Amino acid sequence: MTRKITLPLTEELARTLHAGDEVLLTGTIYTSRDAGHKRMCESLAKGEPLPFDPTDATIYYVGPTPAKPGTVIGSAGPTTSGRMDAYAPTMMSVGARGMIGKGARLPEVVEAMKKYSGVYFGAIGGAGALLAKCIKKCELIAYEDLGAEALRKLYVEDMPLVVIIDCEGNNLYEIGRKEYLGK
Amino acid sequence: MREINVATLTDVVERLCIEANVHLPQDVKCAIKNCRACEDGRIAQGVLDNIIENYEIADKECVPICQDTGMACVFLEIGQDVHLVGGDLTDAINEGVRRGYTNGYLRKSVVKDPVRRGNTGDNTPAMIYTEIVPGENIKVTLGPKGFGSENMSQIRMFKPSAGLQGIKDFILEVVETAGPNPCPPMVVGVGIGGTFDKAALLAKKALMRPIDSSNPDPYYADLEVEMLEKINQLGIGPQGFGGKTTAIGLNIETLPTHIAGMPCAVNINCHVTRHKTEVI
Repeated sequence: MTRKITLPLTEELARTLHAGDEVLLTGTIYTSRDAGHKRMCESLAKGEPLPFDPTDATIYYVGPTPAKPGTVIGSAGPTTSGRMDAYAPTMMSVGARGMIGKGARLPEVVEAMKKYSGVYFGAIGGAGALLAKCIKKCELIAYEDLGAEALRKLYVEDMPLVVIIDCEGNNLYEIGRKEYLGK
Repeated sequence: MREINVATLTDVVERLCIEANVHLPQDVKCAIKNCRACEDGRIAQGVLDNIIENYEIADKECVPICQDTGMACVFLEIGQDVHLVGGDLTDAINEGVRRGYTNGYLRKSVVKDPVRRGNTGDNTPAMIYTEIVPGENIKVTLGPKGFGSENMSQIRMFKPSAGLQGIKDFILEVVETAGPNPCPPMVVGVGIGGTFDKAALLAKKALMRPIDSSNPDPYYADLEVEMLEKINQLGIGPQGFGGKTTAIGLNIETLPTHIAGMPCAVNINCHVTRHKTEVI
């Protein structure tokens, strides 16, 4: 039932993912949340490059706890994606196709997802200890001064996710609830 | 008169910060397990299984249950026969938070100014609530509060004519608006009465009460049961993917209020509803 997928998230791969699909994701992803997105979008507005190549990239909305000695990363579950809605269309316009988070998105984000073949994955909010187990490498790549909000490059293996909104705009939050109430 | 050195409070707060963030209270664990047993949807069951596995990992490996280790809300019930010595109470509490969040590898999530931002780097200041009570003890309750759920909380100043129905509709409206954002299944804290600020405080205090307890007034105890049932008929479900379990608990706290008003605050929390108490 659960499908294994490997990054990068090409347009071809994105088009095969549908709202409600349970996936195990493997590959390189980048962490960013409020302050990091603000800085990245300010850089883009000034015509400056991002700290990573956004082409077919996937961004995980997370601010992890500090790593204990001998571990890769601390607890690392998703933060509320809606706070990144102001920035997500800009990020998709430069190629960042995948988003991992939790919670509702604005219609303009869904429109951008249709336009750029974006995919919004849900990780389980509040399951930071469990999700950290999938993170095999963690490297700080920019904005160190932001602490938990700094930009990190992660390598994840079999990260359990659910496709919440696919590139056609189908939304599991709407479908799942309707299905349950229709029972 | 009993003398207590504030350094004792620093030690207690440090310990509570770490324990509250690592070990989920038993009442919350039981509620999650009970709801898992009742769910029949595959995705909903899977989400609750992962949530159970997550708090088991946190327990075993002593790591934070959630990466949002919250703002440190510190409730102090200070006996009126206590004489605090050895320094400033607020400084002592903040030092405990500083040590707890640093030594416990917890996330520092506090900015020094609400508009101009800038992380304080040590998760201080704590949100401190003091109450003077009879006796010569200090009861310290520490509740780390995450903001995914805090952001979905609301307060409304009702006209008394809105009555009980107004309160019921409002609770459902707040949960409905919150939807998938606060990491459901949620815990809902409701504060009714008092003043604008007291209603909000009551709602937060309601979240510090075990979810297997009831309001001592049967009228509100029944309302707790009724509203939890109604919330779980909304179908939002675990993580908002649809299902029976939208909330695992709902507590109501009340106070007398003015003849002209009926304030109601709803403080939303997630399934990682953390609090730990120690008496000095």
